[in-house]
Amino acid sequence: MRLYAAVAVSGFRRYATYRVATAAGVFTNTVFGFVIAYTFIALWDERPHLGGYGQAQALTFVWVSQGLLAAMALLGGGFQEELQERIRSGDIAVDLYRPADLQLWWFAADLGRALFQLLGRGVVPLAVGALCFELALPADPLVWLAFLLSCLLGFAVGFGLRFLIGLCAFWLLDGAGVNMVSGLMGMFFSGMLLPLTVFPGPFGATVRLLPWAAMLQVPADVLLGLHTGAGLARALAFQAGWAVLLLAAGRVVQSLATTKVVVQGG
Amino acid sequence: MDGFIELDGVEKVFDVRRKAGFLRRERHRVRAVDGISFSVPRGGMVGYIGPNGAGKSTTIKMLTGILTPSGGRLRVAGIDPSRERTKLAHRIGVVFGQRTTLWWDLPLRDSYGLVRRMYRIPDGRYRANLDRCVELLDLGELLDVPVRQLSLGQRMRGDIAAALLHDPEVLYLDEPTIGLDVVSKAKVRQFLREINAERGTTVLLTTHDLTDIEQLCKRVMVIDHGRLVYDGGLSGLHATGGGERTLVVDLERELPPIEDAPGARTVKVAGPRQWLTFPADHSAAPIVAAVAERYPLVDLSIREPDIEDVIAKMYAERGV
Amino acid sequence: MADRFPVAAGLRGYALVVAMWVRSTMAYRASFAMTTIGNFAASGLDFVAILLMFSHIDALGGFSLAEVALLYGATSCSLGLADLTLGSMDRIGRRVRDGTFDTLLVRPVPVLAQVAADRFALRRLGRIGQGALVLGWGVAHVDVAWTLPKGLFTVVMVVSGAAIFASVFIAGAAFQFWATEAAEVQNSFTYGGSTLLQYPPTVFATELVRGVTFVVPLAFVNWLPALRLLGRDNPLGLPGWVDFCGPFVALLMLTGAGLLWRVGLRSYRSTGS
Repeated sequence: MRLYAAVAVSGFRRYATYRVATAAGVFTNTVFGFVIAYTFIALWDERPHLGGYGQAQALTFVWVSQGLLAAMALLGGGFQEELQERIRSGDIAVDLYRPADLQLWWFAADLGRALFQLLGRGVVPLAVGALCFELALPADPLVWLAFLLSCLLGFAVGFGLRFLIGLCAFWLLDGAGVNMVSGLMGMFFSGMLLPLTVFPGPFGATVRLLPWAAMLQVPADVLLGLHTGAGLARALAFQAGWAVLLLAAGRVVQSLATTKVVVQGG
Repeated sequence: MDGFIELDGVEKVFDVRRKAGFLRRERHRVRAVDGISFSVPRGGMVGYIGPNGAGKSTTIKMLTGILTPSGGRLRVAGIDPSRERTKLAHRIGVVFGQRTTLWWDLPLRDSYGLVRRMYRIPDGRYRANLDRCVELLDLGELLDVPVRQLSLGQRMRGDIAAALLHDPEVLYLDEPTIGLDVVSKAKVRQFLREINAERGTTVLLTTHDLTDIEQLCKRVMVIDHGRLVYDGGLSGLHATGGGERTLVVDLERELPPIEDAPGARTVKVAGPRQWLTFPADHSAAPIVAAVAERYPLVDLSIREPDIEDVIAKMYAERGV
Repeated sequence: MADRFPVAAGLRGYALVVAMWVRSTMAYRASFAMTTIGNFAASGLDFVAILLMFSHIDALGGFSLAEVALLYGATSCSLGLADLTLGSMDRIGRRVRDGTFDTLLVRPVPVLAQVAADRFALRRLGRIGQGALVLGWGVAHVDVAWTLPKGLFTVVMVVSGAAIFASVFIAGAAFQFWATEAAEVQNSFTYGGSTLLQYPPTVFATELVRGVTFVVPLAFVNWLPALRLLGRDNPLGLPGWVDFCGPFVALLMLTGAGLLWRVGLRSYRSTGS
């Protein structure tokens, strides 16, 4: 356990050294935040209470999603490209012989990264949004606490998904394709472009059950105070369920991949 | 001066910003190359050595036109590299030891095809050069293998061939044998010798491996802290630097330190193994003969001085 | 001999490197097929988001779905073209950091051409195809009496829009000579800019519209020419001839980006950072 804690700390530190990259990312998130915020204002002007949100809630959703974008690695980034590169170059054989679990190792490293990016790339866009627009941020510290817990679970779901995508490189060698597709899926089905509550009919109902919903929609709704009491428990259980399922699937694929490496001799 | 490569008081000064506190950065100047002058005649084969950060790479980068010198005069084949970089590119070949220019996912042959078109190598020349490289570097079986499947040594040989297809007059090699196995090292060295003799290609190589220098270069230049501290033959370097070789002997049993070997000094004893040092420019034969005659010898080996050792000694003796 | 015509040498070198990347991608056919289809399908997801918006409303900022589709299609095609021709220029910072940039500098081909061709990927045709489909749909459904000049004007709009985005890619790459980790900044102007331009200017605050007209003149990619096509007023009240300035703005920006690239390369060669 101490090993993985150290791995997480070094993941945090590593990303903390990329100051310029962090600043550049904050800038980009802020620009996107402005663009989307204005379109949402126009949309909610036409249809107040669309998707059950007031305008302030919709704008909060925009800035929370920009703030979580990097931490949740919704568009990719994070560790899976590195994992794929190690698979492609064959360095993965070294990782597999390390006396540490591959999945746990990367989970810890990526958690460190996510924690840094939650602070380094999350706080500023949200603050800018709060300064320039009227947001519906909660005053109750317990809601913030629930939000952070929901973020952690959302991260676990995202990691589970990206671990599977990373492992695809064992069979595809080149990960660019799956990464791109998964990034765009992540962007759309997480609610980054449009809150999932706005998605109409059965399509909307389905989308809200997919794992991507656990990565952004649920944490944002928790922060907006839309889940309370038993509803909150249900929302967190939904996230935890996906996390367990995806992480377990990751273990299965990992063991298949390991067999493949052993058979092919690296 | 009528050298093929000519440097006259060449300098390279960098402004480096260092962290000094949370957000403050301190600027300070680093003289990476601090007034270097030398001249290499056409067809020369020269070793350019020095510790890490001494200014070796910076010099190579200026000689290839990648970096613009801050001062001094520099000519390669009569061309000012930084001003006519692309023109010079046709006349030089560069091998960066750890950065391959080969195409990872494609067969070796495809990378050579790109070189042929980029450098506009006429068909006949290209075929002749490729055949010669394939023969000397033993690449025949590898031409149709994707580069990602090559070993480090095979890739290095592939890279060296890629740098020579356009008949460069100068070949720069930055650590060409780093990380290679003994067989690959030998092949690379043999090839460089032949290219140099056959085509009169001028070769300048940086290395950490003294054996490279010993087997390839009659002339060595040592750079440290941006200055040329030695320029001459390898034996002279040993003499100047007081370089010592070490004879490691394994005796049948533990014995007191050997004291009667001519010109050698025992510096360490560990069980039946003893270490004797002697000046690098002396022959080892009389010492070996003396030890073998008087002691129950099981095995022996001779360790060459390391470049870093030699340079460190050189400094110690000069009192710098 | 080629060195006397740097542009020709550059284009030739660009084509050579592009051909190598195309062959490289063909080494992983499964991934290539998937990325191309994925690129086509998935790059349309942001248009699906717009469709979803319009499932709740009839007009956004006073613009109909067909009009928004025209805006969306035009900027997507422009960005797609720029992305296809030099979309991986943002890798230059990485190349500088790992030292592989130096290997480009010792070849007899202009560096800009080599960097522009880096990681060339045909899969990016997917985005162009998707953009073209939406543009075509928009063109067919907007309330415009199409004539040949208007058609040509649309083509010029897309091409000069691509050139404007291309100059942003080049400027962004040049910027990385000073800030090697700042690859993401240019995304604000390319992808961020394109997202902005998908929506009608009436949606945004006037200062923002002013910014993308006068500071980073992205408004010339599609807003100004498309407003002219749709017979709508310029949101800043600029004179009518401004709408036709796209190609000149593109040329100006390309020149500026080219100069910035030269300055950046010179700075790299004197600092080697």
